[in-house]
Order: sequence, then structure tokens, then C-alpha cells
Amino acid sequence: MDVIRNSDPNSDLEACLGLDPDGLTRWGISRRQIFQFCAGVAATMGLSSAAGASMAKAVTSPSRPPVIWLHGQECTGCTESLLRAYHPTLESLLLDVISLDYHETLCVGAGEQALAYKRAMMEKHKGKYVLVTEGGTPMKDGGIYCKVGGKTHVEHVREAAAGAAAVIAIGSCASWGGVQSADPNPTGAVGTHSVVPGTTVINIPGCPPNPYNFLSTVIYLLTFKRPPALDAHNRPKFAYGRLIHENCERRPHFDAGRFALEFGDEGHRLGYCLYKIGCKGPETHANCSAIGFGDVGFGSWPVGTGHPCYGCTEKADAFRKPIHALATLQNLTPPTAYPDVSAENGPAIGAGAAVAGLVGGLAVGAGAMWLKQMGSEPDKADASNKEP
Amino acid sequence: MSIAAPLRSKLITPTTLVLLALAAVGFYFLLERFLYGLGAVANINQGYPWGIWVVFDVIIGTAIGCGGFAMALLVYVFNRGDYHPLMRPALLSGLFGYTLGAVAVMFDLGRYWHVYNLLLPWHAQPNSVMYEVALCVMAYVVVLWMEFSPAFLEGRAAGGFRRFVDRWMWAIVALGVLLPTMHQSSLGSMLLVMGYKLSPLWFTLWLPALFVISALMMGYGIVMFEATVVSRSFGLPSHRALISKLSVVVGLITVAWLALRWGDLYARHVLAFACVVSVRVVMFWIENALFLAAALIFIVPAWRAGRRASFLGAVALLAGGSLYRLDAYLIGYTPVTHWSYFPSVPELMVTIGMIALEVLLYLVFIKTLPVLHGRPARR
Repeated sequence: MDVIRNSDPNSDLEACLGLDPDGLTRWGISRRQIFQFCAGVAATMGLSSAAGASMAKAVTSPSRPPVIWLHGQECTGCTESLLRAYHPTLESLLLDVISLDYHETLCVGAGEQALAYKRAMMEKHKGKYVLVTEGGTPMKDGGIYCKVGGKTHVEHVREAAAGAAAVIAIGSCASWGGVQSADPNPTGAVGTHSVVPGTTVINIPGCPPNPYNFLSTVIYLLTFKRPPALDAHNRPKFAYGRLIHENCERRPHFDAGRFALEFGDEGHRLGYCLYKIGCKGPETHANCSAIGFGDVGFGSWPVGTGHPCYGCTEKADAFRKPIHALATLQNLTPPTAYPDVSAENGPAIGAGAAVAGLVGGLAVGAGAMWLKQMGSEPDKADASNKEP
Repeated sequence: MSIAAPLRSKLITPTTLVLLALAAVGFYFLLERFLYGLGAVANINQGYPWGIWVVFDVIIGTAIGCGGFAMALLVYVFNRGDYHPLMRPALLSGLFGYTLGAVAVMFDLGRYWHVYNLLLPWHAQPNSVMYEVALCVMAYVVVLWMEFSPAFLEGRAAGGFRRFVDRWMWAIVALGVLLPTMHQSSLGSMLLVMGYKLSPLWFTLWLPALFVISALMMGYGIVMFEATVVSRSFGLPSHRALISKLSVVVGLITVAWLALRWGDLYARHVLAFACVVSVRVVMFWIENALFLAAALIFIVPAWRAGRRASFLGAVALLAGGSLYRLDAYLIGYTPVTHWSYFPSVPELMVTIGMIALEVLLYLVFIKTLPVLHGRPARR
């Protein structure tokens, strides 16, 4: 075995990854699948293939970083979204790549048992675990509107954030308050970053967010021990750096002035741009138009199915701006006049046909006369006219 | 043995005046196009971004202009010097077919003032078929003028340019054979990107081959057509023996072309498309009937010998080749459903004006320059 290992340049890496060189799998994922997954993640984030290799090393390292996952005011849609991740599946990621030590939806234990385990894990991994918050935090009346085990969500978040190596807020609720923070905001719901001021909270907004934006961020953290590049709202730039509008498959319709004007009209049925029925794509930063949802291929995202984007990743849009309200265009305003949509089929055959017929007829007629005369004329001969 | 000599007949005749008038009408509409834009004169639209200007003036025009290419192949590559009397008139028609085709592209370019970017290597997109066509046609226009330049230079003092042409004519001729094979096949390749937009009767991976071979056939067709028309119009010897000999070759090429086309249709299992009644299918049958008629006329000795029949064969070849291109680029091509295109009167007049200008310039050249053989050499 030693001889084989020494002759194989990959043996160190494989030993490190805990993979056996015979291609057998660990945790049901083959070495190839791990590399493909990590290369894919690295590519999604615009990183090099070398980063993919480091990621593969990080996610297969035997010491899995512990993760504490707290639920606040939310619908568990983010977790549901994450359950729909298929490369790799959520269970192999959460059980094997990270150590999901506490998650109120997924944990086996219940009640005091689960809370005790959470406390023990937080104590044991103090300063090393990753805190993920899902859901908004009610602040009004001392935060009494969301309690677990007799303690308010505010207390849970502050307690867990104090010993966390990194804090990730998944979903729009944890990022900026979400649906319950809409006016009149009866519970005073806020995002996690308002609960723990001074702590860097990586926001993965979306309702729900794309699971791969979350997974990529987690793996980036594991690999490089620091957050990816963030924008002004602490959203990872690799996922939230561009407007939906920029990569939308319906963008050519926008540029050509072809719009759906109401739900179910002809333009809507033909898949035209949804801007005029209130699509917020032009002011919403997210990569939905580029990567879609659910791993089922092209078109599986709201605009792809014919519903205008409602700006779930933007605090200024979702649950605040009405669905029908127009987005503010960031970089390009459509012209006031477009070529007439109804006249686009080309003109009817008109005088052109008459002229074409006339010219064609003249040519054929003249040609025929010319041919007729040719038959009655003697051929001029010269030296080259001898038949071979 | 005769040598090429100018005809020296009157330049202003009723024919040239009519041609001049037609060209003037064309230029009037061109002026309108450049003042008010494409939409003011042309019926081309979002669905049919190219119309008769591109299809007739460029795609068909350059194929008709392949006379120079076809004869150069025969005379220089296959070393059949006896066909040399047909060489210069063929080159001359190619000269105008190509030069005016290259100019006509400019009418159709929405932002024609950007065209110089084609020549800047740092803006080049070498994977583009259109880029290949553009550069190759430009290069071939230059090559054609060089090939034809001895007609200007004969009888003049030997200057630097003449020495250059004499020294390098073999290379120029070689380019003159190479370049048309490149861009005429590319005109077929251009349609490969259209995929299902092109009817299966025309869309095949053999498009480049079908285009370049039919260009060659049309080249021979125009040589035969011209020789007959010019000899009759100006009372010159008709080179009938030469043409008769040539037509056998052309007939065989046409049969080969038809075999390739129909073999491909059969192999792709699309012959059923040819049994539906529609405009494009009728055009398809006319096209093939024309090619078949030309092939029969040229191969059956009795028909080939007849002056009228062989002239009709050349006409059938030209008409079939032109229709094939018109079908592939417009009639058999459905860019988007519910769009239609038929050229407007100004569009047609521009194309007719361009054809008139070509014929006019051809007449002027054969009257003033040594192009046609026929008159006995005056020594």
C-alpha cells in the first residue's frame, strides 16, 4: 500500500480527504462527485479551479465545523429551499460537510434535550461555530412575540452570536425583517444585523434564497476563513452583484419594446417583458435570472414562469412596493416610442410585385424574340468554330 | 489566330441610353436611402433583415460574376489554353459582378460608416462566416482588377506596375481561383447557422459544397450566355465550337450537383417535403427542373449542337442557380412566423439600376478596351 501511495501523486490529497484510491465512496459521495461539486461552486463564485481544489479539501476535512441554526419569525421556506439542493443533497452536506448541531426543524431531539445539546455545543465550540439565523427578530415589547424554551429570540440570537466565528442570515426575514417587518410592523421585526450591532452578518436575502448562494457562502467561509466580498447590504457580491434585469432571458423583449401589459394578454402569453406589470428585476440585485431554482433547467424562476419579480432580495421592494408598481430603471430608460408592434409583419405585396412582373415579362418576351431571330441568322464563323 | 481588340463602336446608342436612364433611377432611390435611411425605401423588416439587395446584388450577383473564376480554373489550372478567347470577357463580367456586389453590400448595411472596422485586425472576429465573406470578397475584387489589368496596360509603356503584374500574374491567378471557392462556399455556410429557419429542402450540411459548385456552374453559364449575346449583337464570331466543347463539362458538373443534392435529400429523408403544394415547393421544383433541363441540353449531343438550345441551356443554368440562391436566402427561409417580405418598387429599381450599370460598364469596356477576340489581328 505504501508503495502505491508513494507512486501516486494524489495519494497525500486522498489520504487527507479520507478517500481510498480504489474509487470507493465516503458518505455516499465519490471523490469525483466532491471535486465536481466544489469546482461548480468555485465557478459559480467566479473563483479559479485551484480554489475548487481547496474547497474539496476543506469540505472533506474530518473536522467538520459546527453550525447552530436558529429560527425566528419565518415560514421555514429557506430550509425548505435548502432541502431542494441536489448537488450534493442537503443531508450529505449538512451531516457530513458541516456538523449541523442544532436546527429546530431538522434536529431529532426535542424540547429541553435539544436546547441542552445546543448549549453544550456552543460551549464546546466557542469561537469556532457558524451561526445561521433564519427569520426576523421581533424587538417590540421586549421581543416577547417569538420565544423558544422561555427565552426570546433576541436573547437566543445575542447569546449564540457572542461565541460565533461567523454569522449568516439566510432569507429576507433574517436579512432585513421580511414580510412581518412590512407596515405597520406590529412586532417590530428586524433583521439579524440590527440585533447584534457591531457583528458582521452575511446576508443571503431572498424569499426563499437560492440554496446554492447559501452553500457557496458556507463553503467559502470554510475554505478561506473569511466572508466572500460583500456589497453595501452585506450580501455576497458573487450572487447579488448584478441586477436581475441584466441577465434576464426576457431582456431582449425589454430592449425591443415588447411588453406584457396585463396578466393573460397576448404579450404575456408570448413571454414578453414583465416590466410594465411591475417586474422589479431592473432594481433587484440577485442571480435568479442566471442560475434559476430547483435544478430543473431553464426558466425555473418567477419571471421565467410569467410572474414579475417582486424584489425579494431588496428591503425597499418586497412587501413594501406594490406588485404593480414600476421598478426604477437603474441604467437604461426605454425610449418613449418604439417601432409599432402591430405593423411588424412586413408590408403586403404591392406595387413591387407589379414592377417585378413587368420586368420579368419584358425580359422573357425580349429574350424570346431575340431567340426567334437567332434561328433565322447564319452563324458567323472563325478559326475556332470548327467542331472538334 | 485572333487577338483581343477594342470594338471601337459608338458609345452612345439607344441601348446605352436606356441603361443609363435605369441606372439613374436606381441612383435616385439610393440617394433617398442614404438621406432618409433604409426604412424609407426598402421593405426589409425585423423578420427579414436582408432583402433583394443582398440576395440579388451580392449572393446572386457574385455567383453570376464567377465567370472569371470558372474560366481561370479551366484555362490556367487545367491548362486548357484553347479557351483563352473566353477569358477576358469572363473576367470583365466577374469584375463588375463582384465590384458592384461589394458596393451593394453598403446599401444594405444600416451603419455602413462602420464598415472600415472589418479591416482593423484588432476588431476582427475570425470565427465569423460573414467576416470571412466580407474580407474574401474585398480581396477578390482587388485580385480581379489585377487579373484584368493587362487589358488596360497592353500597348502602354512598361511601367513598374506592369512589371509587377507580369511577374506575379501566376500568383494573382492562383488567388483568383482560391478566393471564390472560399467565399462562395461561405455564402452557403452562412445559412448553416439558420438551422430550422431554413426549409429542409435547402438546409443541409452540404450547403457550402452546393453553393460553390453551383457558383462554378453559373460562372460557365454566364460565359456561354455572354459569348452568344455579344457575338450576335456586334456581329462577331461566336466561338460556338469552344462553347460546345465547354458545355459537355458543364453538363457533367450539373449532373454531379443534382446527384449530390438529391442524394442528400434522400439520405436526410426529407423528400416528403417536396410533395406538399406551397410557393416554396413549387420554386424548388422549378429550380431543379431548370438544372435538369440545362444538364440534358448540354449532354445530349443533338441539343448541344443547336445554337438556340445551347443558349437556352445557359439561360436555364443561370436562372436555376439564381433561383436556388433566392430560395435558400428568402423563399425557403422563415425567420419568424407571421413575417413577410416582398421587395418594394424602390428596392427593385435599385437592383435593376445596378444590373443596368453592370451591363453599361461592360459595353463601355468592350468598346474601349481589348477584351473580345474576333477581329483578325491587324499587323
